[in-house]
Amino acid sequence: MYIIIVGGGEVGYHLARILLSDGHEVLILEQDAARCERLTEELGGVVHRGDGCEAATLESVGTGRADMLVAVTDGDEDNLVACQVAKHKFSVPRTIARITNPKNETIFEMLGIDATVSSTNLILAHIEQELPSHPVIPLLKLKSGTVEVVEVKVPPDSKVVGKKIGSFRFPKGSAVLLVIGKEKGPFIPTNETVLEAEDEVVVITSAENEEAMRSILSGK
Amino acid sequence: MNVIIMGCGRVGAQLAGMLDAEGHKVTIIDVEPYSFRRLPSTFNGLAMVGNGLEEESLKKAGIEEADVFVTVTQGDNRNVMACQIAKHIYHVPKVVSRIYDPIREEMYHNLGIESVSPTKVVAELLKDRIEG
Repeated sequence: MYIIIVGGGEVGYHLARILLSDGHEVLILEQDAARCERLTEELGGVVHRGDGCEAATLESVGTGRADMLVAVTDGDEDNLVACQVAKHKFSVPRTIARITNPKNETIFEMLGIDATVSSTNLILAHIEQELPSHPVIPLLKLKSGTVEVVEVKVPPDSKVVGKKIGSFRFPKGSAVLLVIGKEKGPFIPTNETVLEAEDEVVVITSAENEEAMRSILSGK
Repeated sequence: MNVIIMGCGRVGAQLAGMLDAEGHKVTIIDVEPYSFRRLPSTFNGLAMVGNGLEEESLKKAGIEEADVFVTVTQGDNRNVMACQIAKHIYHVPKVVSRIYDPIREEMYHNLGIESVSPTKVVAELLKDRIEG
């Protein structure tokens, strides 16, 4: 695939390395001359100096035949415009934008960007995972965030400790996929599985039922 | 009319003063309070510190009741993003953006954003002067 990366910062650089080692044709667009030089030293001739939001620049690097454009600058508005120009002017089939402000996720989706990656949300999720007190950890979003895989840690003082999974009434479309026991390690539970204190329970649920699943499993 | 102007540079401040003098209800927002010094001393509208790309600032500026939303910041991308938020999320009836880059201007014009490219307009005016 021919993939254009807009923005040659750390994210752009590492993304390019991965894609190149997977055998893709890659081109990085970066505005800063010094940065371009460094990237060229590291990656070879896959760097072009220019503004990835400018149609003329995109034209000169053959965006018309690109299979994908990924905009990973640190400016949300720049990523939006780069993707929109790629889509509307060059009919690039797939555009992906990095976003810093998590609130822009829905806006970008409404404005026709195929996928967004919120670096802020990812970092927050990872930090949350390290916080022992935090009861629900988002692991994965599917179907544009309408279906979620989350992890709930059973508090030691919870009234669900000692109860069978089959004894709970989960909301529609929600289920327990995996239990990671403190001593037992990970296993696929049945309705007969008895929850223990500090079990990590991985569940699939819908966005609107996440709260309900949390209160059932944390016993509050 | 309720008008929100994003960006209080020379153009934003001048436009705000003109519309205010004609009796429109003008709110001008800018991330930098120092830029409000450009507003004429007779300006009766509201000058608000805020970022037009953020929901809270837009709501505080009264985007839900706005008839017109104009973006004249220095950044083309900021201008078009804010305009698209105003048009597609808040359904402001009239949305106008300044876009310096003529190619980008043409594209967003085709996408339904009313826009003016000073680069194109000024170049044409200068050409007329030179040849006229």
